[in-house]
Amino acid sequence: MARLAALTGNNAAAEAIRQIKPDVFAAYPITPQTEMAEEVAQYVADGILETEYIPVESEHSSMSACIGASLAGVRAMTATASCGLAYMWELLPIAASMRTSIVMAVVNRAFNAPLNIHCSHDDSMGARDAGWIQLYSENAQEMYDNLIQAVKIAEDEKIRLPVMVCMDGFIISHAVERLLLLADEEVKNFLGEFKSAHPLLEVNNPVTLGACALPDYYTEHKKQHSEALRHSLGKIMEVADEYARLSGRSYSLFESYQLADAEYGIVILNSAAGVTRTVVDKLRKEGIKAGLLKIRVYRPFPATQIVQALKNLKAIAVLERTDSFGGVGSPVFTDISAAFMEAPTKERPLMINYIYGLGGRDVGLEDIEKVYASLQVINQRGKIEKSFAYLQARE
Amino acid sequence: MRKLQGWKDIPTGTAIVKAGSSVEYLTGGWRDARPEHDKGKCTNCLLCWVYCPEGAITVKDDQVTGINYDYCKGCGICATECPPKVKAITMVEEPKLM
Amino acid sequence: MALNLKEIAKKEELFMPGHRLCAGCGTAVLMRQVMLAVEGPVVVSMATSCPFVSAATYPYSAWKVPWIHSAFENSPATISGVEAAYKALRKKGSINQEIKFISMAGDGGTYDIGFQALSGALERGHRFLHICYNNEAYMNTGIQRSGATPLGAHTTTSPAGKLIPGKREFRKDLTAIIAAHDIPYVAQTTPFHWRDLMTKVQKALAVDGPSFINVLTSCHRGWRSDMKDAMQILKLAVDTCYWPLYEVVNGKYKLNYKLRNKLPVIEWIRPQGRFAHLLKEENQPIVAQIQQKIDENWEKLLAKCALD
Repeated sequence: MARLAALTGNNAAAEAIRQIKPDVFAAYPITPQTEMAEEVAQYVADGILETEYIPVESEHSSMSACIGASLAGVRAMTATASCGLAYMWELLPIAASMRTSIVMAVVNRAFNAPLNIHCSHDDSMGARDAGWIQLYSENAQEMYDNLIQAVKIAEDEKIRLPVMVCMDGFIISHAVERLLLLADEEVKNFLGEFKSAHPLLEVNNPVTLGACALPDYYTEHKKQHSEALRHSLGKIMEVADEYARLSGRSYSLFESYQLADAEYGIVILNSAAGVTRTVVDKLRKEGIKAGLLKIRVYRPFPATQIVQALKNLKAIAVLERTDSFGGVGSPVFTDISAAFMEAPTKERPLMINYIYGLGGRDVGLEDIEKVYASLQVINQRGKIEKSFAYLQARE
Repeated sequence: MRKLQGWKDIPTGTAIVKAGSSVEYLTGGWRDARPEHDKGKCTNCLLCWVYCPEGAITVKDDQVTGINYDYCKGCGICATECPPKVKAITMVEEPKLM
Repeated sequence: MALNLKEIAKKEELFMPGHRLCAGCGTAVLMRQVMLAVEGPVVVSMATSCPFVSAATYPYSAWKVPWIHSAFENSPATISGVEAAYKALRKKGSINQEIKFISMAGDGGTYDIGFQALSGALERGHRFLHICYNNEAYMNTGIQRSGATPLGAHTTTSPAGKLIPGKREFRKDLTAIIAAHDIPYVAQTTPFHWRDLMTKVQKALAVDGPSFINVLTSCHRGWRSDMKDAMQILKLAVDTCYWPLYEVVNGKYKLNYKLRNKLPVIEWIRPQGRFAHLLKEENQPIVAQIQQKIDENWEKLLAKCALD
């Protein structure tokens, strides 16, 4: 039976963790993730959650401990943000290429400097090539739902890859929302038991994990990892379908909102999808065919599906909460551009990249309206003068 | 030439599932001097055995039975550590390769 | 019961030949000895280092026990996770046997880059033994200085030059730093002292909590010493009191050998090319400085051991 609750994003994530029941939870507190680390510790202290909580001395060690635990053969989880994610960076490709099934909640926060504790997507976007699956969540409900699905995805025997589940720092992590929760038993049955490929703790069947591979084998190991990640999209959808049957909440690789007949589209991730949807509704009333594509699964990148969804639009803006400094555009923009290059279709919308909401800068209706207006101008002119711009920077 | 596995055949995540498989990799070719063991002089104190970096001193029924030249790298620790009054191991130069 | 080589030789080797450590590698000797000392199931976590790259290169592994490596500075953190997983599975009843945990790292992975992870894991009280194979420099990357490198030693990043005579700082006393963590078992040893080493491994694995053994081990490539003397040189380290054999059991210090004749430190310095420049007349004050430090530390250690 579903339960209705009023929780912050962090509360919702902690609740998901409680229901997922990781055997090992290793975390180091960092704003804006801290509440999550605290709540899980309290659950353990109160006997509500039976988990080995490792209060590590750093994020480098939280990820290291999770690698050890996952490969030992148990369910391992952690949570972090920003500098914490950066500090464990070295271990991210290791966790992935060693094929752990770690699930990590990431509360998106800006990178320093200047120090800022609010939301940017610098952290998880920077980690996009670490070989993890990445899911993005618009609100607390999605964070909760994604975390539960992530465990099933990560532990699937054909995938065996770690999953990062992201939500926006403060905007979501600290805002109270109304959401529906599953019953403990439902989560337990949905997830089943974790079986690792080569459990380290099977002492009668000793394995060597994390050996080095010289040039004669390194390529094959990376190819194996790459294939597993690329082929996980199908399974991610299967899990989403199964979850929809359980929860009544449907998830896809991305959400298309008013996109089918849209002329002008915005591509966005996480919380700012909400304000964008409101603007879409407003513009639709005015007769402007606006639409929205909100990415949920960013790694692996659903290139074909996104091209299919966007190819008939006249102009699109990819809004990103991070700057790929000195690049052609920010990560999602360059991925979509590459996807169109690769696609057989000749139809291609005009496309522009806006950087917005850095360090928690509020994104309002007027910001999004400005974007849709610019798309109409671009369409009238039939060309783009500057494909990359900061949306909110004061001159 | 050993046959190299393709990406579909290697165990998930670089796991080596065959414990102790290093024995398939022979290191005897590294040697430029070989220890020769004199059974007659040997008191079977096993110091050579416990100090061998390769585990190349073979022991059976408390006796040193010889040296496994498949792995012995010729470091000479065994000859050095053999007690001065025993000196049952002598290092002999391997023939030079052309 | 005192360990007996004939009995030990009947045990199964768990660190197998075919590894690619250098001929005459002191660390290889200690790996064998550690694994021969172990009783019952054990899981090993290892830091990036010579014995990592040399003994676990796909598809070859010298390890006959479950073994894991994930990075350089995190072996104790990795074993924390494995040990926590074990505790979880014991509670669930999925595992019913006792398993021991060993983390291993060189002096880089222990004294320097790995120090934080080690200190944290010790403080958290995980039940594991950390063994430092300490050859006093980063040998795997080609002999660079570490926090364990002694005063005056030449390494590639503390070279002896026209102006500077090798490393300018004393090594840090890591064993004492670990003892300050107030864990049940801390010790120093060398593989030359095989009985001491194996006994310490067994004692360490028997305690209910974290333990640590700092093993001085020779690297003739880095020390510029004779490969056949890889064990003899460790004997000199102990006989000069450069590396005393002692243990700290629940805070109590104990010296593990009787020193018959304390040799001057020059006996330890002379056979090693890394100290060659210290033999020059102008560098005698450095030798004197080293001797003075050794004497002071030895007196301090004796005082600590006599307190009981």
